[in-house]
Amino acid sequence: MLKFTCPYCGIEASETELAAGGEAHLKRYGPGSSEQDFEGYLFLRKNPKGVHLERWRHVMGCGKWFLAARHTATLEVFGTYSAQTHEPPAEIIENIRAKFPEWQA
Amino acid sequence: MSDPRSAVGGAVYEGYVTVKDSGAHGMITLRGDHAELAEAVKAAVGSGMPTQRRIEGGLGGGAAWASPDELLLFCDYADAAGALEKARKSLEGNHFLVADVSDARAVFALEGSGIRDLLAKLCPADLSPEALPHGEFRRSHLGQVAAAFWLESEETATVICFRSVAPYVYDLLSEAVKGGPIGIF
Ligand SMILES: [Zn+2]
Repeated sequence: MLKFTCPYCGIEASETELAAGGEAHLKRYGPGSSEQDFEGYLFLRKNPKGVHLERWRHVMGCGKWFLAARHTATLEVFGTYSAQTHEPPAEIIENIRAKFPEWQA
Repeated sequence: MSDPRSAVGGAVYEGYVTVKDSGAHGMITLRGDHAELAEAVKAAVGSGMPTQRRIEGGLGGGAAWASPDELLLFCDYADAAGALEKARKSLEGNHFLVADVSDARAVFALEGSGIRDLLAKLCPADLSPEALPHGEFRRSHLGQVAAAFWLESEETATVICFRSVAPYVYDLLSEAVKGGPIGIF
């Protein structure tokens, strides 16, 4: 079972209380961007077998979007953090690198 | 004024936990910066401000922490319109949202020493006394639908769900009672 602690309400929520929102930290390319950048923004996702930064919504709860770092194969969770961030906080990176020293965001 | 009708018409199911339609209750959603809401809560339902995930007071007059920018206020059904106005008046000039959601909700009372056991059958939340102390307002889901609940004691709990799914929640709770206790708490 996959469990995340919602950083907004502090509840350790089960996967069934959450809605998955795909890859985190996407940079939006809108009007005026190149077709290649726009295609990347719309369609191209990482989908790694390994560490992944993701968006999740505490839909059966406080309703807030948050971000999470987890391993897609082992389901190990390295931490959750506020959605109002452009990159993972140092503490999350530290947790990931403790296990995967080579990991790059 | 016409009499309020609850969704499952006062139904009661008795077993190792008694499931009771708790009837019509006043409920008001209040959204805004929690730091600015205390006066409005006091004015509207006479209750103090709840801290994170807690409920202050109860169905007759209370406030539950619903999210970092949302409270659910409780009062008697007949007082909801008045309470809404009081909250609105108190918050004039602030950025807020207040709505009477009384008719959008259904409330059930659970009675019996097996309430943690019963809820654990239907819900992924940790129902241990450490994770869910009395007065902890837990939003989660029961079976397929969103619900919120809290324990007043080890023998009484209140469950809130959307009115549109009230018969489902009542049947779900009653069927789970029928199966008897698991005995994990
Ligand atoms: Zn939450």
